[in-house]
Amino acid sequence: MKRIISLLLSLLMVLALFTACTPANNNGDANGEPDEVVEPGEEDADVIKIGVFEPLTGMNGGGGLQELGGIEYANKMYPEVLGKKIELVVVDNKSDKGEATTAVTRLIEKDKVVAIIGSYGSAVSIAAGDIIRDAQVPTVAPSATNPMVTQGNDFYFRACFLDPFQGEVMATYAIEQGAKTAAVIMQNGDDYSVGLANFFINAFKKLTGDDASVVDVSEFQLNEADFNAILTNIKAKNPDVIFAPSAATTAPLIIKQARDLGIESLIMGGDTWENPAVIDVAGEDAEGIVLSTFFDENDPATEEANVFVEGYKKELAGKEPIIPAVAALGYDAYILVRDAIERAGSTDGVAIRDALKETKDFEGVTGIINFTEEGDADKNVAVIKSVQDGQFVFIDSVEVK
Amino acid sequence: MTSELLLQQLANGISLGSLYALLAIGYTMVYGILRLINFAHGDIFMMAAYFMVFSIVTFRLPWYIAIVVVIIVTIALGVLLEKTAYKPLRNAPRMSIMISAIGASFLLENLATYLFTGVPRGFPDIRILTTTVELGSLSLTVATLITPFVTLILLYVVLFITNKTKIGMAMRAVSKDFETAKLMGININQVISTTFVIGSALAAVGAILWGSRYPSVMPLMGVMPGLKCFIAAVLGGIGNATGAVLGGFILGMAEIMLITFLPSLTGYRDAMAFVILIVVLLVKPTGLLGEKVTDKV
Repeated sequence: MKRIISLLLSLLMVLALFTACTPANNNGDANGEPDEVVEPGEEDADVIKIGVFEPLTGMNGGGGLQELGGIEYANKMYPEVLGKKIELVVVDNKSDKGEATTAVTRLIEKDKVVAIIGSYGSAVSIAAGDIIRDAQVPTVAPSATNPMVTQGNDFYFRACFLDPFQGEVMATYAIEQGAKTAAVIMQNGDDYSVGLANFFINAFKKLTGDDASVVDVSEFQLNEADFNAILTNIKAKNPDVIFAPSAATTAPLIIKQARDLGIESLIMGGDTWENPAVIDVAGEDAEGIVLSTFFDENDPATEEANVFVEGYKKELAGKEPIIPAVAALGYDAYILVRDAIERAGSTDGVAIRDALKETKDFEGVTGIINFTEEGDADKNVAVIKSVQDGQFVFIDSVEVK
Repeated sequence: MTSELLLQQLANGISLGSLYALLAIGYTMVYGILRLINFAHGDIFMMAAYFMVFSIVTFRLPWYIAIVVVIIVTIALGVLLEKTAYKPLRNAPRMSIMISAIGASFLLENLATYLFTGVPRGFPDIRILTTTVELGSLSLTVATLITPFVTLILLYVVLFITNKTKIGMAMRAVSKDFETAKLMGININQVISTTFVIGSALAAVGAILWGSRYPSVMPLMGVMPGLKCFIAAVLGGIGNATGAVLGGFILGMAEIMLITFLPSLTGYRDAMAFVILIVVLLVKPTGLLGEKVTDKV
């Protein structure tokens, strides 16, 4: 018995050796001499590598996969730049801040990508920010909404609106629906959730003119499943709305437990909630929840959007009922990066960064894109959606000046 | 603080506590026999939740048959885990088997991520369990109501097996002295397998009740409950099934009461569990009901 096990183990080790060697050999062939020091981006003569830095597992795995879908579709539509093929190098940051720095370092040091797209989730994007700035690799985040992602970082851009804006949109919507009081639930340690919750609280207090209008603020931790205690406290205070920005994995738990406890308040969330998993898991209890998002497939803003909706809808047929907004943003991030490389005429990080900065009236699928000084897409329209009959439906688009 | 709020929170606490208790029994039994902290226990629990999803959603079994199937498959997984990850290391140093347990835990988590992706699956809605019952101003699901009773009944069954049956006597003997029990002709492998059978069956029942209350099934769903239940087992005195249930109730109640009376500290809920663990280890290292044993290490 022992002998068989040790035999199996050694076999495994030998196999591991071979598999580990395969990519290294490829590199060696492409480079000629593997020991030779090569400039980033110039090692492969016929491909240009763009890194994709997304959470494919962990609490944001669902959203990360949706975003990746959009990026891959864009790559299929526009596979070339400067006469060379674009190769996407996908790494999984596992929705974890520690993994995020490792993943992005791998993209830069090992894969020597010329630009990066990602990530879904602000916390991981912020964690990777310093490495990206120091390595001077221009990066576009499709859907990271926290202001700190691009703040003070010359190489980080984003294709979506920001949380101060989103918080205000949701507060405005809640008040339009007649809400006088609100309770807020946020995830301790998640920059997205805490950031968006606080912007909502500030906006709600400002708009109602009453500091006591936010009746309860509760926090929870990563991987928490039990919200009964928090929600029982909230129920006693009977708020008109509950705002709970959180990952798509957590959202249905909050929604379902609230309804089980007999809470009838309007429940609202942020852009992460536009995920079929929320409806799948929460079932009937998801009816009537409200969320803000970036894009609506029924209201294409540009010509590019028309083509995208028609083409991507076919790709998704049978898998997802609607085009997720983050897929549209992933698509935009890819074509923004490709356009910048084309205009820069080189794969030099600083040149691409400068080209990105000069982006003017770029026609993306989520609207016309210009970057602000900070590198944020200058957008002032958010889409508000609700759930009816097990589907996300468009309610309103809100413009804030 | 209104009385109905307090009552609702008490119900929340008892129900959460009894879920912790179900899992804690599994930890404590394996520790009692093998002196091994089975880190993969939380992941067995996670797999049981996935089995439930597949048997009802994919294979369309009626819920009462699905429950039986899930318990059997989970037991098979638990025993398989013991045979492959722990049995070959039975004579190895304690540390090796512990590392093997951690490895098994990661293996199951990553296998689940690979097979089922990180996107959460909805736990099938078993109407009988998820119906809401209004008791005065209290609003409880049937699952919440029956969980404490299920836990107490299963605790009774476990105590009956360990104290009144032949295999139970063997288990107690192995737990007291592994080597001597072996010399006395006790079939060690059978005893250990039985331990894993009981532990995994309880994990499966726990997963079904857990899923009915917290219906999001994902690869890392077992991590937090696993840790908390381990704390519950240590709190009650690891190796003692009654202690594990007591520890589970105390831990669940403590968490809920923290949120009820100190709402500003809701973010410290997990920290609270670990603080309790540290205090117990400092004041009474053997736990509330733990026996004083001289460790042979």
